[in-house]
Formats: sequence, structure tokens, C-alpha cells
Amino acid sequence: MPDLLKTPLHAEHLALGARMVEFAGWDMPVQYSGVIQEAKAVREAAGMFDVSHMGRTRHRGDSVVPFWDFLATNDIQKLTDGASTYSLLCYPDGGCVDDIIVYRIRQDELYVVINAANREKDIEWMRQHNDGGVEIVDETFESAMIAVQGPKAVEIVEALADAPVSQVERFHSATCDVAGVPAFLGRTGYTGEDGFEIIVPASQAAVVWKALVDQGVTPCGLASRDVLRVEAGLPLYGHELSPTINPIEAGLGWVCKKERDYVGKEAIDAMRASGPPRKLVGIQMLSRIVPREGYKVFREGEEIGVVSSGVFSPLLDCGIAFAFIRSEHATLDSDCEVEVRDKKHPARMVNKRFLQAAKGN
Amino acid sequence: MNVPEELKYTKTHEWIRIEGETATIGITEYAQSELGDIVYVDLPEPGRAVQAGQTFGSIESVKTVSDLYAPADGEIVEVNEALQGQPELVNTDPYGQGWLVKISLASEPADLLDAAAYAETIQG
Repeated sequence: MPDLLKTPLHAEHLALGARMVEFAGWDMPVQYSGVIQEAKAVREAAGMFDVSHMGRTRHRGDSVVPFWDFLATNDIQKLTDGASTYSLLCYPDGGCVDDIIVYRIRQDELYVVINAANREKDIEWMRQHNDGGVEIVDETFESAMIAVQGPKAVEIVEALADAPVSQVERFHSATCDVAGVPAFLGRTGYTGEDGFEIIVPASQAAVVWKALVDQGVTPCGLASRDVLRVEAGLPLYGHELSPTINPIEAGLGWVCKKERDYVGKEAIDAMRASGPPRKLVGIQMLSRIVPREGYKVFREGEEIGVVSSGVFSPLLDCGIAFAFIRSEHATLDSDCEVEVRDKKHPARMVNKRFLQAAKGN
Repeated sequence: MNVPEELKYTKTHEWIRIEGETATIGITEYAQSELGDIVYVDLPEPGRAVQAGQTFGSIESVKTVSDLYAPADGEIVEVNEALQGQPELVNTDPYGQGWLVKISLASEPADLLDAAAYAETIQG
């Protein structure tokens, strides 16, 4: 096995006794105290994740906004300085290159966060479409990124910051010092909770991490991050998004603009018009059995779909999943069964936004 | 890692406490630690026969689902009902309240590891 990449916080994870695993070529913490405990910390107080393995790229040039508006499915022209948006990058056939967050710094500068596993592929994709008018810089290795998430996340970060960051709106950003370290903060996340993703220089990442530990923020690993994002109904590239999945099937038509052309628009608009052959839904088990990726979904003996991601939900105290279901069977609030090791177990097909449904909105 | 002296072990990380004609079976401290938070334990009904080295149930954790292998031949006489509501007992007390099943032994168990031999298998 080639040497794994290490984030600037690697030594902190080892010092805290984290269990480490390989993820997208990086040696990453999968768990500290326990998956359920970490997930609860994020839902009830504040937890933090080292997400430094994700790709961070800066793009400069007078044509940077139109360049990205053509590459990205979402509307990049609407962004004002400091605003950000979730978007997809698609192939001409509608398959997905990656899902990303695009921050507008200024009219001639964007900052784009991409998935770790897709970093090299994405940058190659960007360069293929660049006629030389945009300068593309990979800043992944000179920086670190810490996601602080949970109902107490904003007040804790604000206590460490030299600016009133609680005034930063959702999907907006700020530049200030956090624990004395120059930082770029985006009010985004991947857990369904409020919070920030904090980008700092690699050399000072541990200062910020330790300050957050001192404030009582619970270190969390990739396993609880997966639980939290499934509960929040958020897709993961390689599971709900891939080169063979059209965004309409994944329920992401709302991030694909209807005006102006972009790569993949024709295929996406065609599926929007004809209707997708399969749809991504939520699956809620009637037990604590975990419906895992690849398990088949049945209704009245007929196979109707397959699980793309599944976890045990501490929030709902049962197994939950996303599944791609043939559209004629994708009826929410209906019964189905998931085949687990040759035995069918009862489940419900539900809205995939489990967290929002549990909160009653 | 706690490996009690008085128990016998399998290479698949079950423990067995033999008391005359009956025996209690569970999974080891090491096994629960590797599995992470346990959320569901699927165990057979009393009366069912089990065979050494064959699966008799499964254990589901946040991370994975694993088969349980019988350390000895026999018949299930009791199942730990407490695990239905509190499967986390296997994490918190794997050698005590987190036991899985009791069996009546059909024959003298063979091929089991003593504590020292089991401890060696989980080194490094």
C-alpha cells in the first residue's frame, strides 16, 4: 500500500486515541469516543471533524464567474461577494463528476471545495475546460479545514473569533482570526446542524483544533459524520452521486439551473422532462437492523430497488437508509421490505430528510 | 485488553464459561471494541441445536454485521433477553451482563484457546 496522506491534524488524532482508517488515500480518524456518542454530541451540543482531506481550490481571473457558471450546475452568477452555494459538476451525459461548494470571494476570485477522492480528477476536468483565462490553484496541502457543527457550534466559534461571526448568514463566509489564527469561515456543514467550516493555514491548524477541544467541542470521526449526513438527507459522492446517476434521479434537480447553458444541461433537462426511471428515497426500518449499501428493497415479493447508504440512526433509534427505487414504486409513506442476509425485514419508504421530519418541519 | 483467566476462547472472538453440563457464551472485550457500538443482536430461540464452529446468530454494530460462532456443540437453553432493549450491554460488560446465550453441552468442547493463547491472537 502506498504511503497514506496525513492531514495537518494527524498528530492530534493519534494523541486523542482516535481509531484511524484509510479514506480516499488519507489516514483519517473514523471514531474517537464512539459513533453514537459523537453523533449525539453534534445533535445536542457541538462536535468537530477534521475535513482537511477535502480538496480546496482557488480560481482567479476576469472570466472566473462565467467559467464556473458553465462548469457548475447551480447558478454561480447569482452569488454576491462572500456568498456560497452547493452545486454539482456533471458530464455532458448528465452523470456526476463531483458535488462541490463554490464560494465567491470577489468578482474575479472563487474558492471551490471538492471531495477528497475526486480532487485530481476534478482539477483535470477544470483544466480541460479552461482556455487559459482562469488561474486554478490547488491549496489543499497548505491548508486545513475543521467543520464545527451543532446547536452550540456558532457561539463557541464566536467566543474564539475576533469578529461577530454569528452574524454571518447561512451559505455565507467571513475572514477573521479564530484562536489568533487567520481563518476563512463558511457557514455550511454536512450534518444538518448549524455551524462553520473553518479553513486555516496547515501550520497553525493544531492551535485552532486544541482551542476548540478546550471549549468542550467533541472530536468526531468519519463514521459519525456519515450517520449525521444520512439523517440530514445529504448525498455522498460514490453512493447517491456517480458518473452513472443523473442528478434528477438523486433528487437534486433544484441545484441544476434552468436558465443558461452548462455542461450536462441537455441530459439533465431531458430527464427532468421525461421523469427519472428511479428515485432516491428514505428507508426507515421498523427495527434496529441496519440496511447497508447494496441490500435489496422489495414490495410484495417484487424487487423494486437497492440501498445506496445505510446507518444506525441514534436520532430515530432504528436503521435508516437511502435507496434508489424504480419510480413507479417510489411512493413515500408506504411499506416495503429490505433483504438483510437472506431474510426480509419490514421497513417504511419515507422522505429522505429524516432529521427535518423528526424536528417536525 | 481484558481476557479473563477462567474463560475459554475461540479464534473468532467468542468466550465460553463452562459450568458442568452447561455453558455461557459471549463475545470478548476485543471483539466488542473492534465492532464499535452494538445496536442489535440476533439470537436463536431456546431449544435450537448449535454446532461448534457453526454460526448461531449475528451481531450488528454501527460499523458492520458479524456472525456469531458456537464454541461448542449443544442446545440453546437460555437467551439474554436484556439485549433486546439494551444491546449496548455487550459493549459495556462483555463478560458479564452482556452474555449472549446459555447452552447445554452435548460433548466435551475441543479446540478452544485458553486466555494466554487467545491473548496472543489479538496482539498486534
